[in-house]
Amino acid sequence: MNIKNYVRFEFQSIAENVSFARSSVAAFATQLDCTLDEIEEIKLVVSEAVSNSIIHGYDNRANEKVEIMVAIRDDRTLEMIIKDYGKGIEDIIRAMEPAYSTDGSRMGMGFTFMKSFMDEMEVISRPGEGTSVQMKRSFLVRDQEAYA
Amino acid sequence: MSLDFKLIRNTLIVKVKGELDLLIAEKLREEIDRKLIDHQIKNLILNLEKVTFIDSSGLGLIIGRYKKISALNGKMYIVGAKPAIEKILFFSGINKLVPIYRGEQDIINI
Repeated sequence: MNIKNYVRFEFQSIAENVSFARSSVAAFATQLDCTLDEIEEIKLVVSEAVSNSIIHGYDNRANEKVEIMVAIRDDRTLEMIIKDYGKGIEDIIRAMEPAYSTDGSRMGMGFTFMKSFMDEMEVISRPGEGTSVQMKRSFLVRDQEAYA
Repeated sequence: MSLDFKLIRNTLIVKVKGELDLLIAEKLREEIDRKLIDHQIKNLILNLEKVTFIDSSGLGLIIGRYKKISALNGKMYIVGAKPAIEKILFFSGINKLVPIYRGEQDIINI
């Protein structure tokens, strides 16, 4: 399916930008005319992925960058890529287990939220090179949904 | 974000306003923990009525305070969470550790 529209942006790896990132992606996703619940879920998964990049990818170093690419395809699929150039994940399978967290201050639910609220989620990571989280979700046309 | 603290005997009621994410959870943690020590708090009520967003960082804040309060043999409750916030709290299973009530009055009555 062709890309109908996309945005691409990058920002500094600081906590102040987590809310900017999720609000920006949510604003872009409103073009899909999705429900408020769906928008909240999109905000949540972006927040999780970006927080992971800042805390785990960069160990809270402020002068690094996080990149986001969001695209809407003709078939009403939303695709997101959230990418950092940090330390990467040693053991992806373990990192994706619920309540697994390498720091004690967050609840290790990030990947669980991403898996649950998106149709597809893939984590590409190499130690020392960074992490890229790619997510997809399809949104039905409202009328179809009503008659489904 | 703004915080509103209320102290009833050894129970601290914290009213949080805003989005409970990485940035806010960090600030909240410091403020709540200082209050827990300064006022010898035993029980904690988190009023989430004015919270519009929560993620893992916010959930981590709740779990962390729950552990502290439990270690002091105290009780912790969450009140006022909006449906969208409540959905995340239930999804995470936090409600199994920290009971969720509609309003502060519901706790005072039990």
